[in-house]
Amino acid sequence: MGDGFTHPYVPNAAPAPRRKLLDAIGVDDVTDLYAAIPEALRVEGLLDLPPALPGEQDLRRHLEETVARNRSCTGSWLNFCGAGCAQHYVPAIVDEIVHRGELLTAYGGGTYSDHGKNQALFEFQSLMGELVGMEVVSTPTYDAGAATGSAVLMACRIGGRSRVLVPESMSADRRAQLRGFTKPFATVETVARDPGTGLVDLADLRGKVSGETAAVVIESPGYLGPIETGAAEAAAIAHEAGALLIAGVDPISLGVLAAPADWGADLVVGDLQPLGIHMYAGGGNGGFIASRDEARFVAEYPSILFSIAPAPGNAPGFGFAWSTMERTSYDTRHDATDYTGTTQWIWGIGAAVYLSLMGPDGMAELGRGIMQRACYAAERIADLPGVAVPHLAQPFFKEFTVDFSATGKTVAAINRALLEAEIHGGKDLSGEFPALGQSALYCVTELHGAAEIERLVSALGEAVR
Amino acid sequence: MSERTGTGFHAARWDEPLIDEIGGEAGRGLLPPQVDEAIADAVGDVAAALPEGVRRESPPALPALPQHRVLRHFLRLSQMSMGFDVTADMMGTCTMKYSPKVHEYVARKPAFADVHPLQDPETLQGTLEILYRFNRMMCAIAGMDAFTFQPASGAQGIYTNACLIRAWHESRGEGEQRDEIITTAFSHPADAATPAVAGFRVITLMPGEMGFAEVDALRAAVSERTAGLMLTNPEDTGQYNPHIREFVDIVHEAGGLCAYDQANGNPLLGVVRAGDTGFDMCQFNLHKTFSAPHGAIGLGCAAVGVKAHLERFLPRPIVTFDGERYGLDHEPGDGIEKIRAFLGNVHAVLKAYAWVRSLGPEGLRAVAETAVLNNNYMLHHIRQIPGVSIPWPANTWPKLEQVRYSWEPLYEETGVASHDVMNRMVDFGVQHYMESHVPMLVPQPFTLEPGESLTIEEMDHVLDALRRIAGEARDVPDTVKSAPHGAAIRPVDGDVPNDPDCWAFTARAYRRKRGNWANVKRGAGGHGGGGYG
Ligand SMILES: Cc1ncc(COP(=O)(O)O)c(C=O)c1O
Repeated sequence: MGDGFTHPYVPNAAPAPRRKLLDAIGVDDVTDLYAAIPEALRVEGLLDLPPALPGEQDLRRHLEETVARNRSCTGSWLNFCGAGCAQHYVPAIVDEIVHRGELLTAYGGGTYSDHGKNQALFEFQSLMGELVGMEVVSTPTYDAGAATGSAVLMACRIGGRSRVLVPESMSADRRAQLRGFTKPFATVETVARDPGTGLVDLADLRGKVSGETAAVVIESPGYLGPIETGAAEAAAIAHEAGALLIAGVDPISLGVLAAPADWGADLVVGDLQPLGIHMYAGGGNGGFIASRDEARFVAEYPSILFSIAPAPGNAPGFGFAWSTMERTSYDTRHDATDYTGTTQWIWGIGAAVYLSLMGPDGMAELGRGIMQRACYAAERIADLPGVAVPHLAQPFFKEFTVDFSATGKTVAAINRALLEAEIHGGKDLSGEFPALGQSALYCVTELHGAAEIERLVSALGEAVR
Repeated sequence: MSERTGTGFHAARWDEPLIDEIGGEAGRGLLPPQVDEAIADAVGDVAAALPEGVRRESPPALPALPQHRVLRHFLRLSQMSMGFDVTADMMGTCTMKYSPKVHEYVARKPAFADVHPLQDPETLQGTLEILYRFNRMMCAIAGMDAFTFQPASGAQGIYTNACLIRAWHESRGEGEQRDEIITTAFSHPADAATPAVAGFRVITLMPGEMGFAEVDALRAAVSERTAGLMLTNPEDTGQYNPHIREFVDIVHEAGGLCAYDQANGNPLLGVVRAGDTGFDMCQFNLHKTFSAPHGAIGLGCAAVGVKAHLERFLPRPIVTFDGERYGLDHEPGDGIEKIRAFLGNVHAVLKAYAWVRSLGPEGLRAVAETAVLNNNYMLHHIRQIPGVSIPWPANTWPKLEQVRYSWEPLYEETGVASHDVMNRMVDFGVQHYMESHVPMLVPQPFTLEPGESLTIEEMDHVLDALRRIAGEARDVPDTVKSAPHGAAIRPVDGDVPNDPDCWAFTARAYRRKRGNWANVKRGAGGHGGGGYG
């Protein structure tokens, strides 16, 4: 690097400024500044990397050509796969705000330097609080699975107990994420799914809760789609045993589904991705945790919580500050009971913009429309020969299982056939839930009108023939 | 020059209300698409037919604003934020740098943004190719054999390393016995916290006379209970521990593994590799060192790299390549449990890949050297500011990418604390600085990491601000103590957020509790001005 290097991202690598800096500090060669590093550890020569593409146009062409090898869920393609990452409409203004450089390239600024960012996060907390009916909402966590894991450990610490019950129908990935995360502190057991209704088997739950149960997790809608109409009873069962009820929810359903606080949830978790965040192959996921405003709950949050704060005295105005940081590993390292770090805040800001745009009526109308579309699609699919939608009579929100067993075709074969019609089919459940046979999990949202559903149904019809 | 602050800067100050207090006529920000008649006629209003108790009775109390008011509100909030795009941000330990805009334009394309993680891999070839190629590139950069990009932040990456250490010892039947992780006091808090969450006991080595942990202390700490070493180097202080190879050897001899937290690997790109230093695993923050934007505290990604003996423990899925097509291997094998949903923050990987491609091998080395050079330029000038001291005077080694400084002499002389100076920084139009992680071993600390992006003129502006504030601390200390004056807001109460009767994390809690604010006990203050990463 002796003579310098010219690149738009590294201005002081160019010969003149480099010389100026070296002269200013009185050093001949930059390598002198690496004196603390033993010679034996240093790299000789250059790293074995592809040659540079320093021109923006060349770089962009390379990147665009590469990403163009994807077949996205837009344009002529349709997508009916959800399973923890759902395709919804992304309003233009959400994209506008999450790409604002002042926010996108902000980071650990404080009360004064990043006031606007802080307020946007506080609005996220506030608006999510309205949706779920709670007064405490955390800044975003990594994803719903991480939120569930942290909420489970919160419940264990609050109750001084270490057994947790989760629905058997929780996704295998989320169960794995939860099991790995809670392994040193909690035992995770499953509550059976009633094969008749597809809902959590409350008798099994009743039999399994005990004085050692820290929490019962109920997901509604569940991973396989059904709205847990017995959720309030599940909460009552948990409470009788002195356990907390952790509700896993899909926030975009809460314009039409009751706020979980109203059916007995103590802690609420979920993923904010449906709220106006692009999927990014799962990079759009981001979780949240919510609870009542009780000090014993607040004390156990692992995440950063923004509190509104007044100007001193009676002066007008307000700001936002990180609250009770001694809860977190930032302030107490390994004495904190969970860890925190960078998570998915910009998506939280996106979700705040989304909820502000939708408003009360928008969320209600959107939820109603999604339920209608999903119901319609399920009914149409169930009319196909040999194809069953087992729990059509149960209310569901946007996802439902489709059983292809009687067609003699595998989900894999059907999904391959759908690809020919430029359709991404539902998630293949045959490995994850073998008891369901050749079933797939379908997801229908506001992106799917009669025409799109028709395309799916006719392609499915072809595929199962 | 601004009249109000005398600093040449004042922030946008919109006095923007909470969104639910904007008021006005009830409006609509966005109308959902209409439901086709064929659908509505066929199924009716299924939501209305939901059982009582399941159905929402009254809509959520969200804002009801016309579209442009929502836009304006959040645009105003963005204007009251100091991202790197608008100010010189030197927040220590955070490796703030320029995030190239072209990356955003590519990442936003539907071909990348609107893809589902469970799509058939045949339809994900672009994303998988980037993941695969960047994996190979990271192996070259780190001297490792395989990487995963599943963790969504540095802390989650370090946690992943703790899980890998756990899995390794369990696979050898030593899971119970090896229950201790050793770290250092100046390693990031995540190096201590995440192994604890993975079930380990944590031993922290304190710095010796030179400001870093010493070999003898490590020797005394290792035993048959040692599961591993997890540390940052250079540490939070910018000091590279020259005995690192010995550290690694000692832990290996004791039967432990070594994990290198390279979140801020910036000064070492193309200079030193974790693999060559003997580490079994490492992690880099793609949102720091590799230019992916910090996203207002996330969208992060940790690239976690391992040597061959640990490859089988990496979380699934693994991206495969058969010479023609890219695929995903979901077979659990010996892999640790899933860390993050799906494939992780693949947009951060795309941006990191683009950044390395743009710079090439020569460019990476230029980044490292320039980050070190810029830092030593800052150090050279800051050490001449009366009121600043540099901890561990016996240590005369040049620092690498950052320095932990101390305002202790200034504080002794004037009563102006580092926290006050930090708040005053904002009045100069630059992002405030990071004081220190815990433990706060350096009194009145501040930590600056200039990175490679800033020009000399930008660095001089920050230096000027520091000099002027030190002068003000002597001449007009109240100006500093009552700062900020030109920020988006005036100082706020640091006690309310920490008082259970007063804190409010949502607007609904605020409405219920604001009446208590008059009664709050004023005392210790809190993180009023804080913020760090
Ligand atoms: C050395 C080091 N390790 C770990 C982290 C944590 O990374 P993250 O904030 O992405 O979780 C940081 C963050 O600044 C860091 O500097």
